[in-house]
Amino acid sequence: MTSTALARALRDERHGRLDMLPYARLLDLRFEQDDNEVRLIMPFSLGLVGAPGRLHGGALAGLLEIAGLAAVIVAQPDADRLPRLRPVTVTADFMREGTPVDTIAAAEVTRLGRRIINVSSRAWQFDRGRPIAMANINFLADWPEA
Amino acid sequence: MKPPIDTRTADERQQRFVQHFLSGVPHLAALGIAYRSQGPDWAELAMPFAEQQLADPDYGIIASGAIFTLMDSAAGFAVHMMLGEFLPIATIDLRMDYLRGPAPGATVTGRASCYRMTRQIAFVRGVAHDGDPDHPIANMAGTFIVTRPTVVA
Repeated sequence: MTSTALARALRDERHGRLDMLPYARLLDLRFEQDDNEVRLIMPFSLGLVGAPGRLHGGALAGLLEIAGLAAVIVAQPDADRLPRLRPVTVTADFMREGTPVDTIAAAEVTRLGRRIINVSSRAWQFDRGRPIAMANINFLADWPEA
Repeated sequence: MKPPIDTRTADERQQRFVQHFLSGVPHLAALGIAYRSQGPDWAELAMPFAEQQLADPDYGIIASGAIFTLMDSAAGFAVHMMLGEFLPIATIDLRMDYLRGPAPGATVTGRASCYRMTRQIAFVRGVAHDGDPDHPIANMAGTFIVTRPTVVA
């Protein structure tokens, strides 16, 4: 699901919004990047709430998956030739409740294979060392015909 | 032949309560996820197609995060059915295998069952499908922690 618009934004901008992706717009996601990584920011909003006063685990999983996708896109050696990426398996662990504040997520590409790409994604609120949720995501890369 | 009027009313009352309860969950309302049906240890939710579920307008595919939310919610609902009361629960972990993409514009149904309950941990599994439960679009397996009231000796 590599959006060309997402890839372009990540190539050209240091920060911005992910409004080109409808589901990311629902989560109101923004991104910021430096030389090391892309971080996604999910500002708190009422529409993210599951149980009273807590973020829905599904919204956190959605954030973790898109952070993983962004990390895979920026890890590609050729920004102009990108595969279509689809998550095959997603395993999310929930460590702490998501409180009504901004959530930040960043992902690390554990192995950038040609077909399978393994990613570890982490979401936190107050302290990066105390994640509220993490996910291991395995993406399948479909390359366009050469 | 009509079922006994009392049973039916109780069922309807329970269904209306569940419907009302679920429609009050903001993130489910945001995605259009709604109550479908329930049983003693299972629950089913439905997610009719809506534009805000799309991962990417280039492909018209529903975001896996939306399907994750559907299944996490159906799983939690199944745990509540198994418990028979609304005790606090929280997802420990949840794994999704995305088998294929749903048909464009399809309503995605999420069905989860709680197949084992211990004092503290509930084990759940389920499938998401776009019309035929025998041809799922995703498989789910997860665990929840249950917080029971402490009994003072």
